[in-house]
Amino acid sequence: MPEYSSSNPPLPRLQIEGVSKRFGPTVALDGVSLEVAAGEVHALIGENGAGKSTLMKVLSGAHRPDAGRLTLDGQPFEPSDPLHARNCGVAMIYQELNLAPDLSVEENILLGREPATLGWIRRAERRRLAKRALEEIGQSQMPLDAPIRSLTIAQQQLVEIARALVGEPRVLIMDEPTSSLTQVDAENLFGVIERMSRRGVSVIYISHFLEECQRVAGRYTVLRDGQSVGTGAMLEASLEQIIQLMVGRKIDEIYPRTSRTAGEPVLELSGVAGLAKPSCVNLTLRSGEILGVFGLVGAGRTETLRAVFGLDRLVKGRVSVFSREATRSTPAKRLANGVGLLSENRKEEGLLLNRSVADNLTLTRFGSVSRFGLVSDAAQAAASGEWLVKLDVKASGADQLVGELSGGNQQKIAIGRLLHHNARILLLDEPTRGIDVGSKAQIYRLMNELAGQGKAVVFVSSYLPELLGVCDRIGVMCRGEFSCVRPVAEWSEQEIILTAVGQAELGEAAA
Amino acid sequence: MNWAKLGSSGFLKAIRPFVGLFVVLLLFAMDGELRSVIFKGGNFKTILTQTVIVAIGAMGMTMVIVSGGIDLSAGSVVALCSVVTARLIEQGHGFAGVLALTVLIGGLVGLANGGIITTVRMMPFIVTLGMMGIARGISKWLANNQTVNPEQPLESVNRLMDNSQSPLTFFPLPNGVWLALGLAVVMAVVLRSTVFGRYVFAIGSNEDTARLCGIRVNFNKVVIYALAGAFFGLAGVMQFSRLTQGDPSVAIGLELQIIAAVVIGGASLSGGAGSIPGSVIGAFMMACLANGSSIKDWPNYMQEIIIGVVIILAVGMDKVEPFIQRLFKRQSSSN
Repeated sequence: MPEYSSSNPPLPRLQIEGVSKRFGPTVALDGVSLEVAAGEVHALIGENGAGKSTLMKVLSGAHRPDAGRLTLDGQPFEPSDPLHARNCGVAMIYQELNLAPDLSVEENILLGREPATLGWIRRAERRRLAKRALEEIGQSQMPLDAPIRSLTIAQQQLVEIARALVGEPRVLIMDEPTSSLTQVDAENLFGVIERMSRRGVSVIYISHFLEECQRVAGRYTVLRDGQSVGTGAMLEASLEQIIQLMVGRKIDEIYPRTSRTAGEPVLELSGVAGLAKPSCVNLTLRSGEILGVFGLVGAGRTETLRAVFGLDRLVKGRVSVFSREATRSTPAKRLANGVGLLSENRKEEGLLLNRSVADNLTLTRFGSVSRFGLVSDAAQAAASGEWLVKLDVKASGADQLVGELSGGNQQKIAIGRLLHHNARILLLDEPTRGIDVGSKAQIYRLMNELAGQGKAVVFVSSYLPELLGVCDRIGVMCRGEFSCVRPVAEWSEQEIILTAVGQAELGEAAA
Repeated sequence: MNWAKLGSSGFLKAIRPFVGLFVVLLLFAMDGELRSVIFKGGNFKTILTQTVIVAIGAMGMTMVIVSGGIDLSAGSVVALCSVVTARLIEQGHGFAGVLALTVLIGGLVGLANGGIITTVRMMPFIVTLGMMGIARGISKWLANNQTVNPEQPLESVNRLMDNSQSPLTFFPLPNGVWLALGLAVVMAVVLRSTVFGRYVFAIGSNEDTARLCGIRVNFNKVVIYALAGAFFGLAGVMQFSRLTQGDPSVAIGLELQIIAAVVIGGASLSGGAGSIPGSVIGAFMMACLANGSSIKDWPNYMQEIIIGVVIILAVGMDKVEPFIQRLFKRQSSSN
């Protein structure tokens, strides 16, 4: 049963009492209770599958609860559909942004709520409303006429928030809002959230990043297996306590580290430049080490990996793989040389979502599961079955479609493909983005194991604690080149951010 | 056999064309007049013969559609190749020469399609729409804008689609039917089980992933369009054989029939799904409907309406099936 905090405000803005929801035999929510005061930022924490998204869908009117009560400012709140919920003052910002990419900022902010007379849009009025919404979140410098397509992800998200504000929401639900933001953009977003909170808007903040929840939220509720297992003031709880609540067991070590020594250089880049980015990358990766790469979005981390892997054009510089010069290359040749790339976009690029687990795992090495030139279903299933066990993937079998798996399990399949390929140099681009804590811990353990076997891992991430926890060395990228590569012991979190940001400001001053 | 798998959506989807065909035949069997005619061996032979052209075209088109593309030039290429067949026979080529050269010409048109699509990075829809006009134009040019009737017919080619020997019995089937069946088996294996076939699915499912995984996407696409062109070329030979003349204005709109067969067979126009057996069944189902309609003496427009409805039903099942599954689930959970 949930514990109630003793310091409840007299009339909560939103009250959720004993909400349950079943889908057939699956119990998604099992008596969840939650209270949010006016102007409070409330973190909703839980692993994937804990019921967060179902609860949000109940709040936004997409699902009707089987039992329980929702109260909004003392009034019963029974949303029949998302539009109804919005009109009642409960707005939702989804993880995947819902903007029309070709329409302008102004048009998007008022989309579906255009001020109009007899079907004619009152443009001046629309402009005024859009401006006011942007001002409210301190973004008056946003270009109103720019098409959404031309904005960064962070800017797009702010537009989405402005759009939600037009409806004068009482409760704003944000689902993983920082999953594709850099630290700086995230800081900016936290400022916006604080502003809204001061205006009396209650915010329910869903995130995997616990540090973020601590930073932004006043109180938290942890969901596990469809139940609210703990709630309280953020300040009074330690990260370890919350993680323990989330996974229901003690995590001794999220970041395992066995002793290992780096060996021979396996990948050497000198002066590598792509079309726009990177501009000049020099780097040496050794066997048996994990090299972390940090940088802001736009620093050229992904572009570097893509150019090295032969996906994008490499304009200048030299690449050696296993001490052999191999600058010009294609993904096929890189794979043949034992280099594997994990894409940062597992849905858009990393996986064949409507193909089976088996096909996805064996895609780069169909030869290993073929007999007489024909791909053998049995051999494929056997090979995949081993990986499913080894990587602890929750799937009904090798023939399940990858698109049906949860984010963490999908990511394990994408990594599993590199393992089945037996790649000796692994370029991992944001391998833990948007997946649950349990899966993250498994991926850290796996990386540790791979480095212990003498494989070389490049680990690109925007999340500093994991870089500091897992890597042997960390390099910080800024403006298309590595500013600095040092052993992890010589870095502090602050120094890394300063290197990533400070350099950028210096660069601007010089220009 | 794992019984749980029988209820999976993948299995339901795979057997859908067969179920559809069964339903069509069942409906035919309920009508006395149809029943007495349609299931006769001779008539079944006619249906099979009428299936051949669309079925062979559908084998090529299935590859293209599974890879996420489309080929609108199919009908024009069939017409072009029927004229090419006629011209080759006029020049005195033998059976093997006619067959090989015509298929080659079809393959070259496909090669051009694939080449333009990959090197200039244009939409397959636009490129093959252009090629549809070009191939049609060339076929009229080659035929001097009239039908081409070789003075000395080549019996072996004419017999491919000739079902007039012993019209009342099922056997012997025309050679074209055997050829189509054999190709269907081979292509089913190629698309399902060879590495090339898996690559076709991978490219159609997600081109970026395919590239990431070292698949030579452009090269494979060129191969796919060229192979598809070769199949349309072979369908052109069959088209010639059916009319025993090269006709530059034949097979107008055939590409849409072929696409319909592929879609009825379970392929997705967004790529990554489809099968050769499904497409061939789709072609067969359309021939059955046409045959049934003509037996009932329904006017042509009725056939067109019926086939249109079938296409929508076949693809609509995608949306209906989850709904039905949910209904079942709700029922089983309330019990």
